[in-house]
Amino acid sequence: MTYKDIFHETYSALSANKVRSGLTILGIVIGIGSVIAMISIGQGAQGSIQSSIQSIGANLIMVMPGAQKTPGYSVSAGRGTSRTLTNEDSAAVAAGVDNVTAVAPQLSGRYQVTAKGTNTNVSVDGVTSSYTAVRDVAVEEGSFITDQQNTSLSKVAVIGPTVASDLFATGTDPVGQTINIKNLQFKVIGVTVAKGGSGFNNQDDMIYVPIMSAQRYFAGADYLSELDIEAGSQSAMTQVQNDTTTLLLSRHNISDPTQADFSTLNQADIVAAASSVTGTFTILLAAVAGISLVVGGIGIMNMMLTTVTERTREIGLRKAIGAKKKDISTQFLSEAVMLTFVGGVVGIILGLALAYGISYFGGIQTQITWEPIALGFGVSAVIGIVFGYYPAQRAARLNPIEALRYE
Amino acid sequence: MIDVRNITKTYSTGDNETRALRGVSFTIKDGEFVAIMGPSGSGKSTLMHILGCLDTPTSGQYFLDQKDVSKLTDEELADIRREKIGFVFQSFNLLPRATVLRNVTLPLIYAGVEEKEREKRAVASLIAAGMDETHFMHKSNQLSGGQIQRVAIARALVNNPTLILADEPTGNLDTKTSEVVLGTFQKLNEEQGRTIVLITHEPDIALHARRIIMIRDGLIVEDKTSHAQKIIRYEK
Repeated sequence: MTYKDIFHETYSALSANKVRSGLTILGIVIGIGSVIAMISIGQGAQGSIQSSIQSIGANLIMVMPGAQKTPGYSVSAGRGTSRTLTNEDSAAVAAGVDNVTAVAPQLSGRYQVTAKGTNTNVSVDGVTSSYTAVRDVAVEEGSFITDQQNTSLSKVAVIGPTVASDLFATGTDPVGQTINIKNLQFKVIGVTVAKGGSGFNNQDDMIYVPIMSAQRYFAGADYLSELDIEAGSQSAMTQVQNDTTTLLLSRHNISDPTQADFSTLNQADIVAAASSVTGTFTILLAAVAGISLVVGGIGIMNMMLTTVTERTREIGLRKAIGAKKKDISTQFLSEAVMLTFVGGVVGIILGLALAYGISYFGGIQTQITWEPIALGFGVSAVIGIVFGYYPAQRAARLNPIEALRYE
Repeated sequence: MIDVRNITKTYSTGDNETRALRGVSFTIKDGEFVAIMGPSGSGKSTLMHILGCLDTPTSGQYFLDQKDVSKLTDEELADIRREKIGFVFQSFNLLPRATVLRNVTLPLIYAGVEEKEREKRAVASLIAAGMDETHFMHKSNQLSGGQIQRVAIARALVNNPTLILADEPTGNLDTKTSEVVLGTFQKLNEEQGRTIVLITHEPDIALHARRIIMIRDGLIVEDKTSHAQKIIRYEK
């Protein structure tokens, strides 16, 4: 029999009872559909976490004063009052470590900030001009802090859009206005581009001042609460992290690394840790959906066995006119595979629709790639072959004489 | 071309042994029209299964076109059926979901014949069996009993078999339709020289063949051509 003949026989057999065929593949449709939807939710979660981690800057290594914290997610956990990082440390890293594109020393504090008649409690970061590059921050209006303003201890501030709307009435241009931080007047010279308030800290609810001004006027001492380093490339990050650690250990005269008075955090590690969590989550969801596929396959096998019994006389007749065992088993196996294939296609469409619907109506991010779709096709074909094999063999082994006599 | 030598067939179920055929021998030459007649339980169905290569004898030999087919495997028997035998059964001759044309082409599909050639041969077969084009696309539920049997005959012819085996082909038909079907067999036998073996329990039906082999209790009791054959002049 040619493929065309097999297709003709298969199609005529399955379309003889479309309702039954449709119900039989329902298990596969639901199974594949949910696998696709689950994987797309998982990948969407992975993608959105990755992008929010990377929205604070790319190829980032963060050095923080104080003892080693447990590695992981919480970059925002306490800047601490430890004073072990200094401006000189920052300069030494910039000069002495290879593959460093830029360094951004910071000193943060939280203060009540007021403008004419308004006030807000907000995070105030002392930074240098390199902050915009390292932390991927851009200025919407006005300009950012310059090196000159830093060295001359100017009282200038760049505010985030949330702060701007908290302190100034809509329609007022914040640039040029005056705000009070710790009873000192600062002039607003710029407003940052909105980044969205998800992720670690709300990056739109911040005020940036020159770091040396912050050190002089707010802290009264010359230390950093954080040193951010931008590595030249993703592959250089481990090297930069190690070299920075070595350099700072020697600068601080510490020989035992476990006694370090600072800790470093590699952004790539955070992304990897988050990815492995979402990755496991995705696999779990897909496995649960996969179980429904097995159930669907069993449904197919059950239906095929029933069909074989119903068509016993037909099988006897075919054998009498010259069909071999292989012809019969091929015929029934094709029916099973066609059922699961159609089920797979419908399931994939359903899964894609579900994924799209969830992200549109539910607000949860979903990401659709070709791999789950190919997986869906492959799995549905395999299910057809595996669960159709036994019924096909049963059909092929029928004795023609008994089959012809079957009532 | 059919040479049956001392065939026996014994079925054993548990303790019981049924001896369906107890030593049957005969020969049938090409172009003969033979009826095998006997009451139920005589072993005629068993003999038909063996002649049709649906089963093998317990002992004895069966030469079909000089080849001993009595000890072949299931696969080999299927090949012989496909190449040399055409069946017409009493009922359930056609696949219900397929058209008349598809039913007749099916043996050629299994034989691997190419599509255009298949259709040509199927049409020729149907016309030889007395069916015209108007029915080619019909399904079996749109045909009368007599028409179904004639389509079955067409299918039996289509792979140009050595032997056409008809098992009670008129069993479900009324007298008039039976005559039409039997007339078709006669026409094929006379005009195309087809070898036809008809199995029946009715003497009336058997008289339409030129030779009658009577079987009873697993043995042949009579083998004659002395009767007056009932010939049907059948024109479409």
